[in-house]
Amino acid sequence: MESLGPSRDSPLNFRSLSFLPLLLLALAAVLSSQPASAPALTLLSKDGRRTLPLTIAGDQELVGLDDLASTFQLQVQDSLGAITVSYKGRTIVLTPDQSLASVSGRLISLPAAPTRVGRRWLVPVEFISRALAPIYDTRLDLRKPSQLLVVGDLRVPRITARYEVLGASARLTIDALPRADSTVSQDNQRILIKFDADALDLAGPLPAPGPQALVVSVHQVDATTLAADLGPRFGGFKATSQPTDTSARQVIDLLAPADTTQTPAGPPPPPPPSPPEVPPALGGAVISMRTIVIDPGHGGDDDGARSASGTKEKDIALAVARRSKASIEGRLGIRVLLTRDDDKAVAIDDRTAIANNNKADLFVSLHVNASLRRSTSGATIYAARFDADASGRAAGGNGERLPTFGGGLRDIELVPWDLAQTRHLDQSTAFATMLQEQLAQKIPLTAHPVDSAPLRLLESANMPAVLVELGFVTNADQEKQLTSDAFQTTFVQALYDAVVRFRDSLAASGGTR
Amino acid sequence: MTRTRVAVAAVVALVAIALGWVLFAALPRRYGATPTNTVSAAPAAAPAPAGRKIKARLFYVADDGQHLTSVEREVAYGEGAVAQAREIVAAQVAATAEPLVSPIPAGTNVRALFITERGDAYVDLSSEVSAAHPGGTTMELLTVYAIVDALTENLPAVHAVQILVDGKEQDTLAGHVDLHRPLEKNLELVQ
Repeated sequence: MESLGPSRDSPLNFRSLSFLPLLLLALAAVLSSQPASAPALTLLSKDGRRTLPLTIAGDQELVGLDDLASTFQLQVQDSLGAITVSYKGRTIVLTPDQSLASVSGRLISLPAAPTRVGRRWLVPVEFISRALAPIYDTRLDLRKPSQLLVVGDLRVPRITARYEVLGASARLTIDALPRADSTVSQDNQRILIKFDADALDLAGPLPAPGPQALVVSVHQVDATTLAADLGPRFGGFKATSQPTDTSARQVIDLLAPADTTQTPAGPPPPPPPSPPEVPPALGGAVISMRTIVIDPGHGGDDDGARSASGTKEKDIALAVARRSKASIEGRLGIRVLLTRDDDKAVAIDDRTAIANNNKADLFVSLHVNASLRRSTSGATIYAARFDADASGRAAGGNGERLPTFGGGLRDIELVPWDLAQTRHLDQSTAFATMLQEQLAQKIPLTAHPVDSAPLRLLESANMPAVLVELGFVTNADQEKQLTSDAFQTTFVQALYDAVVRFRDSLAASGGTR
Repeated sequence: MTRTRVAVAAVVALVAIALGWVLFAALPRRYGATPTNTVSAAPAAAPAPAGRKIKARLFYVADDGQHLTSVEREVAYGEGAVAQAREIVAAQVAATAEPLVSPIPAGTNVRALFITERGDAYVDLSSEVSAAHPGGTTMELLTVYAIVDALTENLPAVHAVQILVDGKEQDTLAGHVDLHRPLEKNLELVQ
């Protein structure tokens, strides 16, 4: 009988192969420790700048738990098949070979499982934003594309710059997101652009048009200043600032000297075109959001919450939803669909199905809250929440290979309907936070304005999704606010601003999902 | 060759018999009968000795109206986990006197309760819990988690709780909190 497996005498058997990934990872770790090519995460804080070494394994950027522990004063314990990371009584529990982690009892997913290399544990760099940030006292803002970690409330705008030749003149356009104002001045043979910020996040390469251009190259000269080195043909410049709510654009028109652009017999050159008027909301270069579904809660027989005087949640929700649709569609050009546009009952799953079937990029459900305590007030923005069992089922979902119309096979990832939101939780929370920031100081908020709950409507949404409780209709003062034109207008503007920020952040990260 | 065929036929017959036993005897015994037996165990539980009480943490609406506050109260003793769970839920849904404010709508009562082998408690409440609910995500969370936490906090045997209404699985009580699966303990809502 002939054996189908590898022979026992074979020097390369499956057991030895199983060590291969570990060996490769160890090799990668050793190579990455070489100073010449060591990738690193730059950490910016009020105390200055330092680096955290990164290890590249496949397409993952990994960071050592020991490095994080010494940087952020964490305690790391490795025992009984679990790695426990503690910070001021709050804990993160990681399990080897599992990409799920428990953060103060809530499950989050990581792009890869923790990996042991020698005596060190390495975790994906996303561990910082998804697991550490929620339990850490200070804000941690991970900018993965630029390998930057901003610690604390530093102003570190993401800077993108582009250079365009316009006949004999040229234009240098510099965007700062989030908004950071800048001043432009000339210093001999260079133009300095100084930003009102703590540091700059240079997301992409800076322009380097060449020695014969009006600008030879653009480079960073200190923490908050860019310099444009001027070429020999430079004659003058005109700078125009175009701030929006969320970003700032500096347009520098570069002019050649008059005698080099005029020909004796020709007509005078046309004036350099004026900088384009950028509508306030169209600062982003990429339109990355096409459809938003807004869901006015309840309706028909279901009044939702009611005040003592009879004000109904369903009516407030519909009024605010209609205003929001008009504002976003009219000013941003994004298609906005309502799950109901009149007083009718719509089943919960049908509402989410409208968002899923229309491939919405964002799902916002509008509600009004109630409490048995008449003094309770404030708005809350909810993202979905899943218990450990549900998250485990979502993470364990298998794919299936199905035939396609054109022949061949296609891998389909199967996710249970009521767990579709698990993969969008990070973005849902990010949008909830943006909306909360836009609402702050404008309308009353609860003590925990961004929260999570096992809400049926959100769990099956296959896109970033939030449910907004605008306020408590059971509070007499809030009841008046909720029905007032001023309150509704303020909320709609805040929602609009949050959508703009979210769209810009999607564009910056390169996609809608 | 003939001997081989006989052997194959014998193996096939044995497998068929084993499969039949698994399908018609073992699986129904394992999955079908257990919950029914457990459900019936609740009302049939041995009566507790008169006046015997246990202390249990029950949950009421906190002063801020957005959280639960826990209060230790005496609850009738029940013989076994199912009977004790029923007593705890009955105490939790019972009307309360000032200054306590119950997050459970008035008139709600426990229709049935059973606990599965994996520690999921199914609490069947009367329709008032939904029909008389004041609405709002906050109040709905307080209603649901008062029941969930009352059982998971006081009974180690209960890992998670699913609420049924009038014997049926519901989407939600008032349009928000998903009731299609058992919910685990959540003390973040408790002050």
